[in-house]
Amino acid sequence: MTARRTLATCGRVLRQLRHDPRTVALMLVVPCLLMTLLRYVYDGKVQVFDHVAPVLVVLFPFTVMFVVTSVAMLRERSSGTLERLLTTPMAKGDLLAGYALAFSTAALIQVGLVMVLVVGPLGLKIGGSLSVLGLVALLDALLGTALGLFLSAFAKTEFQAVQFLPAFVLPQLVLGGLFAPRSEMLPVLNWLSDLMPLSYAVDAATRAAASHVWTSTLATDVLVVAACIPLSLGLGALTLRRRTP
Amino acid sequence: MMNAIEVSHLRVIRGRRVVLADLSCTVASGTVTGLLGPSGSGKTTLIRAIVGVQEVAAGQLTVLGQPAGSPELRRQVGYVTQTPSVYADLTVRENLAYFATMAGVATSAVARVIETVSLTALSRTQVGQLSGGERARVSLAAALLPSPQLLVLDEPTVGLDPLLRQELWALFHQLAAQGVSFLISSHVMDEADRCGRLLLMREGAILADATPEDLRQRTQADDLEGAFLRLIALQASA
Repeated sequence: MTARRTLATCGRVLRQLRHDPRTVALMLVVPCLLMTLLRYVYDGKVQVFDHVAPVLVVLFPFTVMFVVTSVAMLRERSSGTLERLLTTPMAKGDLLAGYALAFSTAALIQVGLVMVLVVGPLGLKIGGSLSVLGLVALLDALLGTALGLFLSAFAKTEFQAVQFLPAFVLPQLVLGGLFAPRSEMLPVLNWLSDLMPLSYAVDAATRAAASHVWTSTLATDVLVVAACIPLSLGLGALTLRRRTP
Repeated sequence: MMNAIEVSHLRVIRGRRVVLADLSCTVASGTVTGLLGPSGSGKTTLIRAIVGVQEVAAGQLTVLGQPAGSPELRRQVGYVTQTPSVYADLTVRENLAYFATMAGVATSAVARVIETVSLTALSRTQVGQLSGGERARVSLAAALLPSPQLLVLDEPTVGLDPLLRQELWALFHQLAAQGVSFLISSHVMDEADRCGRLLLMREGAILADATPEDLRQRTQADDLEGAFLRLIALQASA
Protein backbone atom coordinates (compact mmCIF):
# COMPACT_ATOMS: atom_id res chain seq x y z
CA MET A 1 0.00 0.00 0.00
CA THR A 2 1.27 3.49 -0.77
CA ALA A 3 -0.07 6.89 0.28
CA ARG A 4 0.28 8.05 -3.33
CA ARG A 5 -2.06 5.40 -4.69
CA THR A 6 -4.54 5.74 -1.83
CA LEU A 7 -4.73 9.50 -2.34
CA ALA A 8 -5.01 9.06 -6.11
CA THR A 9 -7.98 6.73 -5.59
CA CYS A 10 -9.57 9.16 -3.14
CA GLY A 11 -9.08 12.00 -5.63
CA ARG A 12 -10.49 9.95 -8.46
CA VAL A 13 -13.65 9.00 -6.53
CA LEU A 14 -14.19 12.63 -5.49
CA ARG A 15 -13.64 13.77 -9.08
CA GLN A 16 -16.30 11.28 -10.22
CA LEU A 17 -18.65 12.72 -7.61
CA ARG A 18 -17.88 16.24 -8.84
CA HIS A 19 -18.89 15.23 -12.36
CA ASP A 20 -22.24 14.10 -10.92
CA PRO A 21 -23.57 17.24 -9.17
CA ARG A 22 -27.06 15.84 -8.81
CA THR A 23 -25.85 12.98 -6.62
CA VAL A 24 -23.86 15.43 -4.51
CA ALA A 25 -26.91 17.66 -4.15
CA LEU A 26 -29.07 14.70 -3.12
CA MET A 27 -26.46 13.54 -0.61
CA LEU A 28 -26.32 16.96 1.03
CA VAL A 29 -29.87 18.23 0.71
CA VAL A 30 -31.95 15.15 1.46
CA PRO A 31 -30.81 14.66 5.09
CA CYS A 32 -31.36 18.38 5.79
CA LEU A 33 -34.81 18.23 4.25
CA LEU A 34 -35.76 15.17 6.28
CA MET A 35 -34.55 16.74 9.52
CA THR A 36 -36.59 19.86 8.82
CA LEU A 37 -39.62 17.70 8.09
CA LEU A 38 -39.13 15.78 11.31
CA ARG A 39 -38.82 18.98 13.30
CA TYR A 40 -42.26 20.11 12.13
CA VAL A 41 -43.83 16.68 12.49
CA TYR A 42 -42.94 16.99 16.18
CA ASP A 43 -43.79 20.69 16.32
CA GLY A 44 -45.98 20.26 19.38
CA LYS A 45 -43.58 17.84 21.09
CA VAL A 46 -40.13 19.34 20.85
CA GLN A 47 -38.76 16.99 23.51
CA VAL A 48 -39.45 14.03 21.18
CA PHE A 49 -37.49 15.78 18.44
CA ASP A 50 -34.66 16.39 20.91
CA HIS A 51 -34.63 12.67 21.62
CA VAL A 52 -34.89 11.35 18.05
CA ALA A 53 -32.81 13.92 16.15
CA PRO A 54 -29.37 12.92 17.54
CA VAL A 55 -29.99 9.33 16.47
CA LEU A 56 -30.99 10.42 12.97
CA VAL A 57 -27.97 12.72 12.68
CA VAL A 58 -25.95 9.52 13.06
CA LEU A 59 -28.10 7.29 10.85
CA PHE A 60 -28.45 9.49 7.75
CA PRO A 61 -24.79 9.47 6.79
CA PHE A 62 -24.59 5.74 7.45
CA THR A 63 -27.49 4.96 5.13
CA VAL A 64 -26.48 7.34 2.35
CA MET A 65 -22.83 6.27 2.38
CA PHE A 66 -23.82 2.61 2.42
CA VAL A 67 -25.96 2.92 -0.71
CA VAL A 68 -23.62 5.24 -2.61
CA THR A 69 -20.57 3.12 -1.86
CA SER A 70 -22.14 -0.20 -2.72
CA VAL A 71 -23.41 1.10 -6.06
CA ALA A 72 -20.08 2.79 -6.85
CA MET A 73 -18.17 -0.39 -6.07
CA LEU A 74 -20.58 -2.51 -8.05
CA ARG A 75 -20.08 -0.21 -11.03
CA GLU A 76 -16.35 -0.65 -10.60
CA ARG A 77 -16.82 -4.40 -10.80
CA SER A 78 -19.20 -4.48 -13.74
CA SER A 79 -17.36 -1.89 -15.85
CA GLY A 80 -14.17 -3.93 -15.77
CA THR A 81 -12.19 -1.11 -14.15
CA LEU A 82 -11.76 -3.21 -11.01
CA GLU A 83 -10.26 -6.02 -13.07
CA ARG A 84 -7.97 -3.53 -14.77
CA LEU A 85 -6.84 -2.16 -11.41
CA LEU A 86 -6.21 -5.65 -10.08
CA THR A 87 -3.87 -6.36 -13.01
CA THR A 88 -1.73 -3.35 -11.96
CA PRO A 89 0.83 -3.46 -9.12
CA MET A 90 -1.53 -1.62 -6.74
CA ALA A 91 -2.48 -3.14 -3.38
CA LYS A 92 -6.12 -3.88 -2.59
CA GLY A 93 -5.79 -1.63 0.44
CA ASP A 94 -5.02 1.32 -1.86
CA LEU A 95 -8.42 0.97 -3.45
CA LEU A 96 -10.39 0.32 -0.25
CA ALA A 97 -8.67 3.03 1.76
CA GLY A 98 -9.08 5.46 -1.14
CA TYR A 99 -12.80 4.81 -1.24
CA ALA A 100 -13.13 5.10 2.54
CA LEU A 101 -11.21 8.37 2.53
CA ALA A 102 -13.24 9.88 -0.32
CA PHE A 103 -16.61 8.99 1.13
CA SER A 104 -15.67 10.03 4.64
CA THR A 105 -14.78 13.43 3.19
CA ALA A 106 -18.25 13.54 1.66
CA ALA A 107 -19.73 12.33 4.95
CA LEU A 108 -17.87 15.01 6.88
CA ILE A 109 -19.52 17.71 4.78
CA GLN A 110 -22.90 16.03 5.07
CA VAL A 111 -22.68 15.58 8.85
CA GLY A 112 -21.43 19.15 9.25
CA LEU A 113 -24.35 20.58 7.29
CA VAL A 114 -26.96 18.54 9.17
CA MET A 115 -25.47 19.47 12.55
CA VAL A 116 -25.39 23.18 11.74
CA LEU A 117 -29.00 23.03 10.59
CA VAL A 118 -30.26 20.99 13.52
CA VAL A 119 -28.51 22.98 16.22
CA GLY A 120 -29.10 26.33 14.53
CA PRO A 121 -32.43 26.97 12.80
CA LEU A 122 -34.13 23.81 14.07
CA GLY A 123 -33.15 24.55 17.66
CA LEU A 124 -32.11 21.09 18.86
CA LYS A 125 -31.24 21.09 22.54
CA ILE A 126 -29.00 18.34 23.79
CA GLY A 127 -27.44 17.86 27.18
CA GLY A 128 -24.28 16.34 25.82
CA SER A 129 -21.40 17.25 23.58
CA LEU A 130 -21.91 18.17 19.94
CA SER A 131 -18.38 17.20 19.03
CA VAL A 132 -18.83 13.68 20.41
CA LEU A 133 -22.09 13.38 18.49
CA GLY A 134 -20.25 14.55 15.36
CA LEU A 135 -17.53 11.99 15.97
CA VAL A 136 -20.10 9.20 16.29
CA ALA A 137 -21.81 10.38 13.09
CA LEU A 138 -18.52 10.38 11.20
CA LEU A 139 -17.56 6.92 12.45
CA ASP A 140 -20.98 5.71 11.42
CA ALA A 141 -20.60 7.17 7.93
CA LEU A 142 -17.26 5.37 7.64
CA LEU A 143 -18.91 2.16 8.80
CA GLY A 144 -21.58 2.61 6.12
CA THR A 145 -18.83 3.03 3.51
CA ALA A 146 -16.92 -0.03 4.73
CA LEU A 147 -20.02 -2.22 4.85
CA GLY A 148 -21.08 -0.98 1.41
CA LEU A 149 -17.68 -1.94 -0.01
CA PHE A 150 -17.96 -5.39 1.50
CA LEU A 151 -21.59 -6.16 0.69
CA SER A 152 -21.38 -4.91 -2.89
CA ALA A 153 -19.48 -8.14 -3.62
CA PHE A 154 -22.72 -10.04 -3.11
CA ALA A 155 -24.78 -8.01 -5.57
CA LYS A 156 -24.69 -8.84 -9.25
CA THR A 157 -26.83 -5.92 -10.41
CA GLU A 158 -27.50 -2.38 -9.23
CA PHE A 159 -31.08 -3.43 -8.43
CA GLN A 160 -29.74 -5.99 -5.98
CA ALA A 161 -27.30 -3.51 -4.47
CA VAL A 162 -30.10 -1.02 -3.78
CA GLN A 163 -32.20 -3.81 -2.23
CA PHE A 164 -29.48 -4.33 0.36
CA LEU A 165 -30.75 -1.18 2.02
CA PRO A 166 -34.10 -2.69 3.08
CA ALA A 167 -32.54 -6.13 3.47
CA PHE A 168 -29.55 -5.16 5.54
CA VAL A 169 -29.98 -1.68 6.97
CA LEU A 170 -33.70 -1.58 7.85
CA PRO A 171 -33.59 -4.61 10.19
CA GLN A 172 -30.76 -2.87 12.05
CA LEU A 173 -32.87 0.27 12.30
CA VAL A 174 -35.90 -1.66 13.55
CA LEU A 175 -33.89 -3.53 16.17
CA GLY A 176 -31.43 -0.73 16.89
CA GLY A 177 -33.46 0.91 19.63
CA LEU A 178 -34.90 3.79 17.65
CA PHE A 179 -38.48 2.49 17.77
CA ALA A 180 -38.43 0.55 21.01
CA PRO A 181 -35.78 0.36 23.73
CA ARG A 182 -33.57 -2.67 23.12
CA SER A 183 -33.84 -3.78 26.75
CA GLU A 184 -37.61 -4.19 26.39
CA MET A 185 -37.40 -6.46 23.35
CA LEU A 186 -37.89 -10.23 23.32
CA PRO A 187 -34.64 -11.85 24.51
CA VAL A 188 -33.89 -13.30 21.08
CA LEU A 189 -34.38 -9.90 19.40
CA ASN A 190 -32.32 -8.21 22.05
CA TRP A 191 -29.59 -10.76 21.43
CA LEU A 192 -29.80 -10.19 17.68
CA SER A 193 -29.57 -6.44 18.16
CA ASP A 194 -26.39 -7.00 20.17
CA LEU A 195 -24.82 -8.46 17.04
CA MET A 196 -25.70 -5.47 14.87
CA PRO A 197 -23.22 -2.62 14.64
CA LEU A 198 -25.94 0.00 14.20
CA SER A 199 -27.31 -0.76 17.67
CA TYR A 200 -24.05 0.52 19.14
CA ALA A 201 -24.18 3.59 16.92
CA VAL A 202 -27.71 4.40 18.11
CA ASP A 203 -26.71 3.86 21.75
CA ALA A 204 -23.62 6.01 21.31
CA ALA A 205 -25.63 8.82 19.72
CA THR A 206 -28.23 8.72 22.50
CA ARG A 207 -25.58 8.73 25.23
CA ALA A 208 -23.48 11.41 23.57
CA ALA A 209 -26.56 13.61 23.28
CA ALA A 210 -27.66 12.97 26.87
CA SER A 211 -24.56 13.88 28.81
CA HIS A 212 -21.13 15.47 28.64
CA VAL A 213 -19.59 12.63 30.62
CA TRP A 214 -17.53 10.05 28.74
CA THR A 215 -18.95 7.00 30.49
CA SER A 216 -17.39 3.61 29.93
CA THR A 217 -20.56 2.44 28.15
CA LEU A 218 -20.29 5.34 25.70
CA ALA A 219 -16.63 4.54 25.16
CA THR A 220 -17.48 0.87 24.54
CA ASP A 221 -20.20 1.80 22.04
CA VAL A 222 -17.86 4.11 20.14
CA LEU A 223 -15.10 1.49 20.18
CA VAL A 224 -17.41 -1.22 18.83
CA VAL A 225 -18.51 1.03 15.94
CA ALA A 226 -14.89 2.01 15.27
CA ALA A 227 -13.70 -1.60 15.36
CA CYS A 228 -16.33 -2.67 12.86
CA ILE A 229 -14.78 -0.33 10.26
CA PRO A 230 -11.43 -2.12 9.77
CA LEU A 231 -13.26 -5.42 10.15
CA SER A 232 -15.60 -4.65 7.23
CA LEU A 233 -12.74 -3.21 5.17
CA GLY A 234 -10.79 -6.42 5.80
CA LEU A 235 -13.77 -8.52 4.72
CA GLY A 236 -14.10 -6.25 1.69
CA ALA A 237 -10.45 -6.88 0.80
CA LEU A 238 -11.16 -10.62 0.87
CA THR A 239 -13.85 -10.15 -1.77
CA LEU A 240 -11.41 -8.41 -4.14
CA ARG A 241 -9.80 -11.35 -5.85
CA ARG A 242 -7.23 -11.00 -8.59
CA ARG A 243 -8.41 -14.30 -10.07
CA THR A 244 -12.10 -14.95 -10.57
CA PRO A 245 -13.91 -18.12 -11.69
CA MET B 1 13.26 -17.24 -30.50
CA MET B 2 11.83 -17.20 -27.01
CA ASN B 3 8.10 -17.60 -26.67
CA ALA B 4 6.12 -14.75 -25.17
CA ILE B 5 3.37 -17.13 -24.09
CA GLU B 6 3.49 -20.88 -23.47
CA VAL B 7 0.30 -22.69 -22.55
CA SER B 8 0.36 -26.40 -21.84
CA HIS B 9 -2.54 -28.66 -20.95
CA LEU B 10 -4.69 -25.81 -19.74
CA ARG B 11 -8.02 -26.75 -18.26
CA VAL B 12 -10.60 -24.15 -17.25
CA ILE B 13 -14.03 -24.82 -15.79
CA ARG B 14 -16.54 -21.99 -15.46
CA GLY B 15 -19.59 -22.90 -13.43
CA ARG B 16 -20.26 -26.46 -14.50
CA ARG B 17 -19.02 -25.99 -18.02
CA VAL B 18 -15.60 -27.16 -19.13
CA VAL B 19 -14.62 -24.19 -21.31
CA LEU B 20 -11.09 -25.32 -22.08
CA ALA B 21 -10.50 -29.06 -21.71
CA ASP B 22 -6.83 -29.54 -22.51
CA LEU B 23 -5.40 -26.65 -24.47
CA SER B 24 -1.79 -26.13 -25.45
CA CYS B 25 -0.35 -23.37 -27.62
CA THR B 26 2.52 -20.91 -27.90
CA VAL B 27 2.88 -17.31 -29.01
CA ALA B 28 6.31 -16.31 -30.29
CA SER B 29 7.96 -13.10 -29.09
CA GLY B 30 7.82 -10.10 -31.35
CA THR B 31 4.88 -11.33 -33.41
CA VAL B 32 1.33 -10.15 -33.92
CA THR B 33 -0.63 -13.33 -33.28
CA GLY B 34 -4.33 -13.50 -34.00
CA LEU B 35 -6.61 -15.64 -31.87
CA LEU B 36 -9.55 -16.35 -34.10
CA GLY B 37 -12.71 -18.28 -33.64
CA PRO B 38 -16.46 -17.92 -33.37
CA SER B 39 -17.89 -16.30 -30.25
CA GLY B 40 -18.26 -18.86 -27.50
CA SER B 41 -15.16 -20.77 -28.57
CA GLY B 42 -13.27 -19.87 -25.40
CA LYS B 43 -11.09 -17.01 -26.67
CA THR B 44 -11.84 -14.67 -23.80
CA THR B 45 -11.33 -17.45 -21.22
CA LEU B 46 -7.92 -18.29 -22.71
CA ILE B 47 -6.98 -14.61 -22.72
CA ARG B 48 -8.11 -14.16 -19.12
CA ALA B 49 -6.02 -17.18 -18.11
CA ILE B 50 -2.98 -15.72 -19.88
CA VAL B 51 -3.25 -12.37 -18.11
CA GLY B 52 -3.80 -14.17 -14.80
CA VAL B 53 -7.33 -13.10 -13.88
CA GLN B 54 -8.98 -16.46 -14.60
CA GLU B 55 -9.07 -19.30 -12.08
CA VAL B 56 -7.46 -22.30 -13.70
CA ALA B 57 -8.26 -25.95 -12.91
CA ALA B 58 -5.06 -27.46 -14.32
CA GLY B 59 -2.19 -26.80 -16.68
CA GLN B 60 0.79 -24.51 -16.96
CA LEU B 61 0.92 -20.97 -18.30
CA THR B 62 4.20 -19.19 -18.77
CA VAL B 63 4.16 -15.56 -19.84
CA LEU B 64 7.47 -13.79 -20.61
CA GLY B 65 9.24 -16.55 -18.71
CA GLN B 66 7.13 -16.16 -15.53
CA PRO B 67 4.06 -18.06 -14.34
CA ALA B 68 0.93 -16.24 -15.56
CA GLY B 69 -0.45 -13.78 -13.02
CA SER B 70 2.81 -13.31 -11.11
CA PRO B 71 3.27 -9.85 -9.63
CA GLU B 72 6.37 -9.19 -11.78
CA LEU B 73 4.18 -9.44 -14.88
CA ARG B 74 1.81 -6.66 -13.82
CA ARG B 75 4.13 -4.03 -15.32
CA GLN B 76 5.01 -6.07 -18.41
CA VAL B 77 1.67 -7.28 -19.71
CA GLY B 78 -1.04 -4.96 -20.97
CA TYR B 79 -4.58 -6.28 -21.11
CA VAL B 80 -7.50 -4.68 -22.92
CA THR B 81 -10.91 -6.18 -22.22
CA GLN B 82 -13.68 -6.54 -24.78
CA THR B 83 -15.73 -3.70 -23.34
CA PRO B 84 -13.69 -0.58 -22.61
CA SER B 85 -12.79 -0.63 -18.92
CA VAL B 86 -12.44 3.06 -18.14
CA TYR B 87 -14.48 5.49 -16.04
CA ALA B 88 -17.23 7.04 -18.16
CA ASP B 89 -17.65 9.96 -15.73
CA LEU B 90 -14.02 11.10 -15.94
CA THR B 91 -12.18 12.81 -18.78
CA VAL B 92 -9.66 10.96 -20.94
CA ARG B 93 -6.81 12.65 -19.12
CA GLU B 94 -8.23 12.03 -15.63
CA ASN B 95 -8.70 8.34 -16.44
CA LEU B 96 -5.17 7.88 -17.71
CA ALA B 97 -3.56 9.96 -14.95
CA TYR B 98 -5.29 7.75 -12.38
CA PHE B 99 -4.31 4.48 -14.05
CA ALA B 100 -0.74 5.78 -14.42
CA THR B 101 -0.48 6.32 -10.67
CA MET B 102 -1.99 2.93 -9.90
CA ALA B 103 0.36 1.26 -12.38
CA GLY B 104 3.33 3.04 -10.82
CA VAL B 105 4.18 4.92 -14.01
CA ALA B 106 5.38 8.54 -14.26
CA THR B 107 2.56 10.92 -15.21
CA SER B 108 4.60 12.00 -18.25
CA ALA B 109 3.47 8.70 -19.80
CA VAL B 110 -0.09 10.05 -19.99
CA ALA B 111 0.60 12.56 -22.77
CA ARG B 112 2.59 9.93 -24.66
CA VAL B 113 -0.19 7.31 -24.73
CA ILE B 114 -2.86 9.92 -25.55
CA GLU B 115 -0.79 10.84 -28.56
CA THR B 116 -0.20 7.20 -29.51
CA VAL B 117 -3.94 6.56 -29.78
CA SER B 118 -4.54 10.00 -31.42
CA LEU B 119 -6.84 11.41 -28.76
CA THR B 120 -4.93 14.60 -27.94
CA ALA B 121 -7.77 16.82 -29.16
CA LEU B 122 -10.24 14.98 -26.92
CA SER B 123 -8.11 14.66 -23.79
CA ARG B 124 -10.37 16.98 -21.77
CA THR B 125 -13.60 15.31 -22.85
CA GLN B 126 -15.51 13.01 -20.53
CA VAL B 127 -15.21 9.41 -21.70
CA GLY B 128 -18.98 8.97 -21.52
CA GLN B 129 -19.36 11.54 -24.29
CA LEU B 130 -16.98 9.74 -26.66
CA SER B 131 -17.93 7.35 -29.44
CA GLY B 132 -17.46 3.61 -29.00
CA GLY B 133 -14.27 3.64 -31.02
CA GLU B 134 -12.80 6.54 -29.08
CA ARG B 135 -13.66 4.84 -25.81
CA ALA B 136 -11.92 1.67 -27.00
CA ARG B 137 -8.82 3.73 -27.70
CA VAL B 138 -8.85 5.23 -24.19
CA SER B 139 -8.96 1.68 -22.83
CA LEU B 140 -6.05 0.74 -25.09
CA ALA B 141 -4.11 3.83 -24.01
CA ALA B 142 -4.48 2.77 -20.37
CA ALA B 143 -2.94 -0.62 -21.23
CA LEU B 144 -0.04 1.12 -23.00
CA LEU B 145 0.89 3.23 -19.94
CA PRO B 146 3.55 0.92 -18.47
CA SER B 147 5.10 0.33 -21.94
CA PRO B 148 4.31 -3.39 -21.77
CA GLN B 149 6.34 -6.02 -23.61
CA LEU B 150 3.22 -8.04 -24.31
CA LEU B 151 -0.22 -6.69 -25.17
CA VAL B 152 -3.21 -8.98 -24.94
CA LEU B 153 -6.26 -7.49 -26.64
CA ASP B 154 -9.72 -9.03 -26.56
CA GLU B 155 -11.67 -8.08 -29.68
CA PRO B 156 -10.19 -4.56 -29.84
CA THR B 157 -11.73 -3.68 -33.20
CA VAL B 158 -15.27 -4.97 -32.72
CA GLY B 159 -17.87 -2.41 -33.78
CA LEU B 160 -15.34 0.00 -35.25
CA ASP B 161 -15.61 1.55 -38.69
CA PRO B 162 -13.19 0.22 -41.35
CA LEU B 163 -11.00 3.32 -41.36
CA LEU B 164 -10.53 3.25 -37.59
CA ARG B 165 -9.85 -0.47 -37.72
CA GLN B 166 -7.14 0.12 -40.26
CA GLU B 167 -5.63 2.84 -38.07
CA LEU B 168 -5.60 0.59 -35.04
CA TRP B 169 -3.95 -2.26 -36.91
CA ALA B 170 -1.34 0.18 -38.21
CA LEU B 171 -0.71 1.18 -34.60
CA PHE B 172 -0.35 -2.47 -33.52
CA HIS B 173 2.20 -3.09 -36.27
CA GLN B 174 4.07 0.09 -35.40
CA LEU B 175 4.34 -1.06 -31.76
CA ALA B 176 5.25 -4.59 -32.85
CA ALA B 177 8.13 -3.12 -34.87
CA GLN B 178 9.38 -1.65 -31.58
CA GLY B 179 9.46 -5.18 -30.13
CA VAL B 180 6.05 -5.48 -28.45
CA SER B 181 4.41 -8.91 -28.79
CA PHE B 182 0.68 -9.03 -29.48
CA LEU B 183 -2.06 -11.53 -28.92
CA ILE B 184 -5.26 -10.19 -30.46
CA SER B 185 -8.55 -12.01 -30.48
CA SER B 186 -11.21 -11.51 -33.11
CA HIS B 187 -14.21 -13.30 -34.49
CA VAL B 188 -13.88 -11.47 -37.80
CA MET B 189 -11.96 -13.69 -40.17
CA ASP B 190 -10.91 -10.89 -42.52
CA GLU B 191 -8.76 -9.46 -39.74
CA ALA B 192 -6.65 -12.62 -39.78
CA ASP B 193 -4.66 -11.43 -42.77
CA ARG B 194 -3.29 -8.60 -40.69
CA CYS B 195 -1.65 -11.05 -38.28
CA GLY B 196 1.75 -12.64 -38.68
CA ARG B 197 0.53 -15.83 -37.11
CA LEU B 198 -2.86 -17.34 -36.37
CA LEU B 199 -4.33 -19.54 -33.70
CA LEU B 200 -7.69 -20.84 -34.84
CA MET B 201 -9.94 -21.83 -32.02
CA ARG B 202 -13.20 -23.74 -31.88
CA GLU B 203 -15.11 -25.27 -28.97
CA GLY B 204 -12.29 -24.75 -26.50
CA ALA B 205 -9.54 -26.30 -28.61
CA ILE B 206 -6.88 -24.99 -30.99
CA LEU B 207 -7.76 -26.09 -34.54
CA ALA B 208 -4.65 -24.73 -36.20
CA ASP B 209 -1.50 -22.75 -35.46
CA ALA B 210 -0.07 -21.40 -38.70
CA THR B 211 0.67 -18.30 -40.77
CA PRO B 212 -2.24 -17.05 -42.90
CA GLU B 213 -0.31 -18.11 -45.99
CA ASP B 214 0.24 -21.69 -44.73
CA LEU B 215 -3.37 -21.98 -43.84
CA ARG B 216 -4.57 -21.03 -47.28
CA GLN B 217 -2.18 -23.47 -48.90
CA ARG B 218 -3.02 -26.30 -46.58
CA THR B 219 -6.76 -25.95 -47.10
CA GLN B 220 -6.69 -24.73 -50.71
CA ALA B 221 -9.17 -22.06 -49.71
CA ASP B 222 -9.21 -18.56 -51.20
CA ASP B 223 -9.99 -16.76 -48.00
CA LEU B 224 -9.53 -17.52 -44.35
CA GLU B 225 -13.22 -17.92 -43.73
CA GLY B 226 -13.19 -20.78 -46.22
CA ALA B 227 -10.00 -22.15 -44.70
CA PHE B 228 -11.61 -22.20 -41.30
CA LEU B 229 -14.67 -24.08 -42.58
CA ARG B 230 -12.51 -26.58 -44.43
CA LEU B 231 -10.41 -27.22 -41.34
CA ILE B 232 -13.53 -28.01 -39.36
CA ALA B 233 -14.69 -30.38 -42.10
CA LEU B 234 -11.27 -32.04 -42.24
CA GLN B 235 -11.27 -32.49 -38.50
CA ALA B 236 -14.76 -33.97 -38.53
CA SER B 237 -13.84 -36.51 -41.23
CA ALA B 238 -10.57 -37.49 -39.56
